[in-house]
Amino acid sequence: MSSIPHDHAHGHDHDHHHPTGLMRWITTTNHKDIGSMYLWFSFIMFLAGGVMALTIRAELFQPGLQVVNPELFNALTTLHGLVMVFGAIMPAFVGFANWMIPLMIGASDMAFARMNNWSFWLLPPAGLLLIGSFFVPGGAPGVGWTLYPPLTIQMGMGMDMAIFAIHILGMSSIMGSINIITTILNMRAPGMTLMKMPLFCWTWLITAYLLIAVMPVLAGAVTMLLTDRHFGTSFFNAAGGGDPVLFQHIFWFFGHPEVYIVILPGFGVVSQVIPAFSRKPLFGYASMVYATAAIAILSFVVWAHHMFTAGMPVAGLLFFMYATMLIAVPTGVKVFNWLATMWRGAITFEAPMLFSLGFIFLFTFGGFSGLVLSIVAIDIVLHDTYYVVAHFHYTMVAGALFSAYAALYYWLPKWTGHMYDETLAKWHFWLSLIFFNITFFVQHFLGLAGMPRRIPDYALQFAEFNLISTIGAFGFGITQLLALYIVLKCIKGGEKAPAKPWDGAEGLEWTVPSPAPYHTFEEPPVVR
Amino acid sequence: MALRAVKQFLKMDVRTVMNHKATWWARASAATAALVFAGVAHAERQLNMKLPVTQAGQTMYDLHTLMLVICAVIFVGVFGVMFYSLYAHRKSVNKNVATFHESHLVEVVWTVIPFVILLVMAFPATKAIIAMRDTSNPDLTIKVTGYQWKWGYDYLKGEGEGVRLVSNLSTPQDQIFDRTAKGENYLLEVDNPLVVPVGKKVRILTTADDVIHAWYVPELAVQQDATPGFIRDTWFKAEKVGTYRGQCAKLCGKDHAYMPIVVNVVSEADYAKWVGEQKKKMAAAGDNPDKTWTVPELVARGEKAFAANCAACHQANGRGLPPAFPSLVGSKVVTGPVAGHVDILLNGRAGTAMASFKQLSDVELAALVAYTRQSWGNKVDEIVQPADIKAIREGGKPGKQAAAKANGAAS
Repeated sequence: MSSIPHDHAHGHDHDHHHPTGLMRWITTTNHKDIGSMYLWFSFIMFLAGGVMALTIRAELFQPGLQVVNPELFNALTTLHGLVMVFGAIMPAFVGFANWMIPLMIGASDMAFARMNNWSFWLLPPAGLLLIGSFFVPGGAPGVGWTLYPPLTIQMGMGMDMAIFAIHILGMSSIMGSINIITTILNMRAPGMTLMKMPLFCWTWLITAYLLIAVMPVLAGAVTMLLTDRHFGTSFFNAAGGGDPVLFQHIFWFFGHPEVYIVILPGFGVVSQVIPAFSRKPLFGYASMVYATAAIAILSFVVWAHHMFTAGMPVAGLLFFMYATMLIAVPTGVKVFNWLATMWRGAITFEAPMLFSLGFIFLFTFGGFSGLVLSIVAIDIVLHDTYYVVAHFHYTMVAGALFSAYAALYYWLPKWTGHMYDETLAKWHFWLSLIFFNITFFVQHFLGLAGMPRRIPDYALQFAEFNLISTIGAFGFGITQLLALYIVLKCIKGGEKAPAKPWDGAEGLEWTVPSPAPYHTFEEPPVVR
Repeated sequence: MALRAVKQFLKMDVRTVMNHKATWWARASAATAALVFAGVAHAERQLNMKLPVTQAGQTMYDLHTLMLVICAVIFVGVFGVMFYSLYAHRKSVNKNVATFHESHLVEVVWTVIPFVILLVMAFPATKAIIAMRDTSNPDLTIKVTGYQWKWGYDYLKGEGEGVRLVSNLSTPQDQIFDRTAKGENYLLEVDNPLVVPVGKKVRILTTADDVIHAWYVPELAVQQDATPGFIRDTWFKAEKVGTYRGQCAKLCGKDHAYMPIVVNVVSEADYAKWVGEQKKKMAAAGDNPDKTWTVPELVARGEKAFAANCAACHQANGRGLPPAFPSLVGSKVVTGPVAGHVDILLNGRAGTAMASFKQLSDVELAALVAYTRQSWGNKVDEIVQPADIKAIREGGKPGKQAAAKANGAAS
């Protein structure tokens, strides 16, 4: 297998007679083109999910019903979750993987270039199915992204569209993962052993295994929903001998690894950026790899902490509580390692570094609220309240999204050949940071006071914090358009970027010119 | 002086401005002021959990405080180090850049220490769970049933055995749609609250009729999913007389936000009195299922039952919100054979939002049939008597005689 990149490089003969215009993008098998398409798709979905979030927050601006009716509100919370998790965050990191993994390991392309094309082009139909479900009779499903039956059984055809979208997205993820695993295991440049590989590749390798393990589980769960809805089965219907709680077990067996699928590549990005801007090698490389693997393995045995109120024997509650608490250990190791990397370095604060620091600070905060939620007795009172909403937005927005922005600014010069506007990017960071906290910090108070999530209307005692949160959300939403402007500006022009624009950066991706040529590493580099 | 003005302004912002027609701008600027002066108005806001009124809740509350303190100390410690490093080791000042990148000792230490801290947390947490899950020897057992979108309470065992309540939101629609000012307990008020005696162990059995709901009362430190087809349990022993409010916590469809829980904890004497009243009320209830009702009687009774049970979806004007909630005006079911009409009320319709309403009494169901068949331009004479519903429930068919009788009464 290791000879494949070699042969491939020789077969090419350097004449790039690829189609132009739209056909270039439809037929492309180039990892850079496909990476860019993934990133654009993810940004479009991010905006779509963001508009849904802002509609939700507009309704919650004050008590009473003003903007949307409860059915549409439920549909918006559901689709916001599905679109952001499956349409925005996951494709964003697959986009980074496509662009950067071959460059980082010295490969000429991904292992399965045609399958790579297909795994991207599955996404737009799935996105259309999700968004289109708003426009069919009965509207989009109003069941929450967790799709709990029997409520799911009551929904209209929008539910079936969401189920098919999940199937398609799952296929795309599995193919993407197979591609990433094969590329990393077989196409590393001579001399690059696994333990010399950049950490971003390591975290993606582990993430890809997680995806292959749990995506089929989700596909099974939603298929059972589908047959319960249309073909008279009773997997989740107690009246037919089934069990609604079974779905929750299956869903969260997928769902908990899923949250690490979302965050582990982010860990990888931060582990690239922190050393680069501290001008010092990553502290504890080996323990970072082991910690990532430990988190991935533990993520399979903690799922029922999402179900502490479903009714479980004491032994079950204890097991899942202990296992959940344990995740704090490897996660802590990672945070300490990042801190030790910065310690006595020569730190500068460009946008990628700022987003990485924001990531560490706020993700750790979300980790602590997760630790609080892991304690069963406390979770009983906070389960399904805004405390949980605040918790997972600290990990998903300040975690996954901030690390994605760190990656974007870190590698943007490599992609476009231009430096981005550093001043605007810093504005983007600080506004995001401030508005993020205005939006989500106050939600902890709402949860502690007992405000359930997924309600369009609330008691007067919750009015103040909801109002503050809505203002923060609109600020946060508008700030994200700044990112779009910065990227477009950087594509159009700007200061020319050298091959290695960051003086502290390490790795093969900085040995090729900026912008990276269409074909790179046709002759594999040698790593010593 | 200025401070007082801001305070006044802030108070107005939430308590009054919200309820009246203020411009968006006024609200937004009020909120900005609220942000700027967040510190000033602290006393007005609920920042922590409400103090629970049960022993288990107190344990939980203390546990949360402990967790909060431990986490805060670690957080400040860790990020103190980070911010110091960002300050002291920035490129412009640190000319002496280190190159270390490994230390087995340090790495072992910061793996072991968090583990020990977790053990410290796990010990009280374990004790709390074991106490929390002990539902044995209750003084009173109440079955809580979640319906879309209301709660049913059956007093199964203990004083008050046999009492049955259905608890609906009592906030008027006008408040929800901002047509009148919102009351103090907006969305947290019900027609029939759950009443329990103080100082008694109350075991709650939860189940549901349609989809999963969750019975959640923060001040009693209780949240338990109500799953259709399964019984789960939890318990509480309130130690203070008072009214405690909560909500359904599991997304259960359209009116998830509109099925609150109100628990009145009363003294033992008051509880005994309340039970007596309930028993009398049940005995004296005008809904005599054995008599033959006239059509106007049924229609009048049906209007009430419709408002309480059906109007949320099918709307007061019967036109529903198609396609999810079909119109009843000229509907095939409502104007068709009465057997089909009764069947859908008793069994719901699989795959749609139409749930079973078998929890309603025979009189209510018969009244609903009559009301929907004789309202909004529907003019169908074929109706049923409560006795027929009873017969159908027991497996029979509506008697021809009863239907004929109803026709006679209509003419």
